[in-house]
Amino acid sequence: MIHFVLLISRQGKVRLTKWYSPYSQKERTKVIRELSGLILTRGPKLCNFVEWRGLRVVYKRYASLYFCMCIDEDDNELEILEIIHHYVEVLDRYFGSVCELDLIYNFHKAYFILDELLIAGELQEPSKRTVTRLVAAQDSLVETAKEQTSSITNIIAQAAK
Amino acid sequence: MNPFSSGTRLRDMIRAIRSCKTAAEERAVVRKECAAIRAAISENDQDYRHRNLAKLMFIHMLGYPTHFGQMECLKLIASSGFPEKRIGYLGLMLLLDERQEVLMLVTNSLKQDLNHSNQYIIGLALCALGNICSAEMARDLAPEVERLLQFRDPNIRKKAALCSIRIIKKVPDLAENFINPAASLLREKHHGVLITGVQLCTDLCKVSSEALEYFREKCTEGLVKTLKDMANSPYAPEYDIAGITDPFLHIRLLKLLRILGQGDADASDCMNDILAQVATKIESNKNAGNAILYECVGTIMSIEDNGGLRVLAINILGRFLSNRDNNIRYVALNMLMKAITVDAQAVQRHRATILECVKDSDASIRKKALDLVYLLVNESNVKPLTKELIESLEASDQEFKGVLTAKICSLVEKFSPEKIWYIDQMLKVLSEAGNFVKDEVWHALIVVISNASDLHGYSVRALYRAFQTSTEQETLVRVAVWCIGEYGDMLVNNVGMLDIEEPITVTESDAVDALEVSIKRLNSDLTTKAMALIALLKLSSRFPSCSERIKDIILQNKRSFVLELQQRSIEFNCILQKHQNIRSALVERMPVLDEATFSGRRAGSLPTSVSTSTGTARNLPNGIAKPAAAPVADLLDLSSDDAPAPNSSGGDFLQDLLGVDLSPASAPPGTSQPPKAGTDVLLDLLSIGTSPPAQSSSSASNILSSIQDDKTSLVNLNGLASLTSLSPNATSASPAPMMDLLDGFGPSPQKKEENGPAYPSLVAYESSTLRMTFNISKQPGNPQTTLIQAIFTNLSPNVYNDFLFQAAVPKFLQLHLDPASSNTLPASGNGSIIQSMKVTNSQHGKKSLVMRIRIAYKINSKDVLEEGQVSNFPRDL
Repeated sequence: MIHFVLLISRQGKVRLTKWYSPYSQKERTKVIRELSGLILTRGPKLCNFVEWRGLRVVYKRYASLYFCMCIDEDDNELEILEIIHHYVEVLDRYFGSVCELDLIYNFHKAYFILDELLIAGELQEPSKRTVTRLVAAQDSLVETAKEQTSSITNIIAQAAK
Repeated sequence: MNPFSSGTRLRDMIRAIRSCKTAAEERAVVRKECAAIRAAISENDQDYRHRNLAKLMFIHMLGYPTHFGQMECLKLIASSGFPEKRIGYLGLMLLLDERQEVLMLVTNSLKQDLNHSNQYIIGLALCALGNICSAEMARDLAPEVERLLQFRDPNIRKKAALCSIRIIKKVPDLAENFINPAASLLREKHHGVLITGVQLCTDLCKVSSEALEYFREKCTEGLVKTLKDMANSPYAPEYDIAGITDPFLHIRLLKLLRILGQGDADASDCMNDILAQVATKIESNKNAGNAILYECVGTIMSIEDNGGLRVLAINILGRFLSNRDNNIRYVALNMLMKAITVDAQAVQRHRATILECVKDSDASIRKKALDLVYLLVNESNVKPLTKELIESLEASDQEFKGVLTAKICSLVEKFSPEKIWYIDQMLKVLSEAGNFVKDEVWHALIVVISNASDLHGYSVRALYRAFQTSTEQETLVRVAVWCIGEYGDMLVNNVGMLDIEEPITVTESDAVDALEVSIKRLNSDLTTKAMALIALLKLSSRFPSCSERIKDIILQNKRSFVLELQQRSIEFNCILQKHQNIRSALVERMPVLDEATFSGRRAGSLPTSVSTSTGTARNLPNGIAKPAAAPVADLLDLSSDDAPAPNSSGGDFLQDLLGVDLSPASAPPGTSQPPKAGTDVLLDLLSIGTSPPAQSSSSASNILSSIQDDKTSLVNLNGLASLTSLSPNATSASPAPMMDLLDGFGPSPQKKEENGPAYPSLVAYESSTLRMTFNISKQPGNPQTTLIQAIFTNLSPNVYNDFLFQAAVPKFLQLHLDPASSNTLPASGNGSIIQSMKVTNSQHGKKSLVMRIRIAYKINSKDVLEEGQVSNFPRDL
């Protein structure tokens, strides 16, 4: 299973963290610090796996962002690379050629997409289309709700005049 | 903008934070935002609750504390709208972890949402439950999740399946409830449901043997068919990755089949065909294909034996190994490590390629390859493999050298077919990476050399040669120095020449040169220098022609700032100058070190696991005292090997005694006695008996071992009268015996030597806080008079002030008490007070001595009085 997902920028800034195994807040900070030290220093042509505390971290760099997933020793590292790529492709579809800034300003969207992709550290959906469709459906639910509230506020505002 | 709005929008906050130039600015912005959010929370602001929580999540990611927002998550989850719930659940998963108590409060909301009419809300609840549920929540909500496994919408079914995985991991007892619904998921067509269903079955098999049996019996065939259909399916754009339909599903199916086939011949048989098909048909030019092949190989290796498939799998790994992609090579090495237990022979075939990987530029691959090579080594191939590893040692970077050295040393020790080979290999390692060699490894080498009597000459010559070329490696220098000291004559005279050796001409002065270099080289540490000094002392008797020069070199350290070196230098110099007659006995070659003791000690202290190389525990210190026949020479010599012996092991008195402690922690002697005075006294001590009777080492060892046996009888040291020069370091460690020595020899050394009968010292009085020991001697020609030296040792952690000893004797005795050496007794045995007295027995031969004593002192200016009677004097006093 995937123990956690981290998105770290090349400067070591955390862009997304998702923990599927229990780590206390203190441990989380420590893990992030340790791993950024370990991964960001690795050269470009090396393999994408790092052994760490008896677990294995699979990472892949896309532009300025490192996508890292921590897995058990006997998991399939190559598949995790595919899952990372799968996530990136869904992000790309959703944002339309995604860049780091999209993930900074819309970090919650990145989380929503990840939640449609992984639950309990396991892959949920192999179809990119299904994932984007589900996220879009929920986004539109939010939009409708917003319109409703704003129309209600308008009514209240007008009544107050 | 809404007139009631307070604070900034999420986007503005992020922008503000990003525009901060310094960390301090950022902290200021965050502090302001947090203050505003706290205010909003306390006002119970509903309109902006979700925006505030979103802000908090961002702040949380930056690493600031956000615990005050936890309750807001619960409030949002409890509200009715979808947008609020969505952000609330996100916050819950991000800001909380399963160990927080707050989480229990959310169980009820989750239960309601799992029964909600809106399927997206059910989805949110399932997702949150799957990601952070605790064991209690799992128990409470399992029935809901179980029901949702049959929900009409596939997207809920798949979420419920993954949620079930979390539940059964938290509470394995619940597994049986999920077996049937999970089995029905395997018949689904929807890939999401199928993939999660297969995963659920896999995890069920892991926690419940009942589930494993059930699936093995009922589902194996169905799964094989699903995999077959997938492998043969036409192009499906929705699931296609690199020309393969849904590699994720492929991999999960293979993983489940692996578990079902493991240990069951029928199930394994059932999946043979499809595994062969996958292994041969999947394209290996893309990562997705390789991922499937990798999984497939894993399955083939795990299920019951099928020779043909295994060959296929090993061939795939062979292809992987020669792949240019580092990732592929990494997983190949990883899998070969598992395969080695199944088919070691097949893995051996790829040895050459694996060895190449040890030299790879990628640290992850190097390490994996090294682990694998370590497993590959056996008696038959240890020689070529070690050769290769040592070659790669030359090419490796500093960081890797440590790991590699440890592994090589461990292999060489474990499999070495003969001693000469072992010595050769260790020598290569020492010359190449001596600085990374652990202490116990070079100690072991010395033990081996010492035991191989026919190789002494060979070893010392080889070490001398290696020393000439690489003086940078600390441990090489140490071993070389030790051997030159022990077998220097063999070096010079080419004793025990082997056929394979090239003759070398080393003069006596060359050998001394080498030692001089090792003392003077800048990076030599204390241990090395101390060892070199001892080696020089040893050579002084073996190379008479060089003894003047040796004396000079030794003397050069007289002004060393390091106390240990200074002391050794002065002491050794005394031995050279004034104790010619005992010197040759003193510096005799060490007897063979006991191999069994040494290895037993190591075995006791080292973890036996294969992967942890040679371990790090140092257990040598105790060793010296242990060997049954610990001869004096041994003690003197090894003392330097053992240099950094922990002196915390207070019990190891003998070791302290011999000055093994080089660590600064052993400084205390200097604290109770100014160092300068200490050395002066020492000089006295060594120069007194200008012609002490030569002691045979056997009697010396007797005395030493008696000390060892009875640690309390520190004063026995006095019995060592003529031995003092044998244990020149005695003063360095424990001050108490030092004082004894001083008193024993300082004032009346002559008398000592003419002593009549010797009496053992006795513990005349002992309480929990104080010990008084008597050293008894007789004046020759005056049998009535007994000289008693009382030594007081403080056993408590407090200093005793105004110490006063009084004694009373019956009428037939006359007592004369000399002044005490001090009236302050340092705490915890860190020193002692000595007081001499003279007792004249008018009824000598008829009555024995008896004495009443009273000891008064102050602890923190509080008076303490101890009284007692001494009646355990030897009879004939």
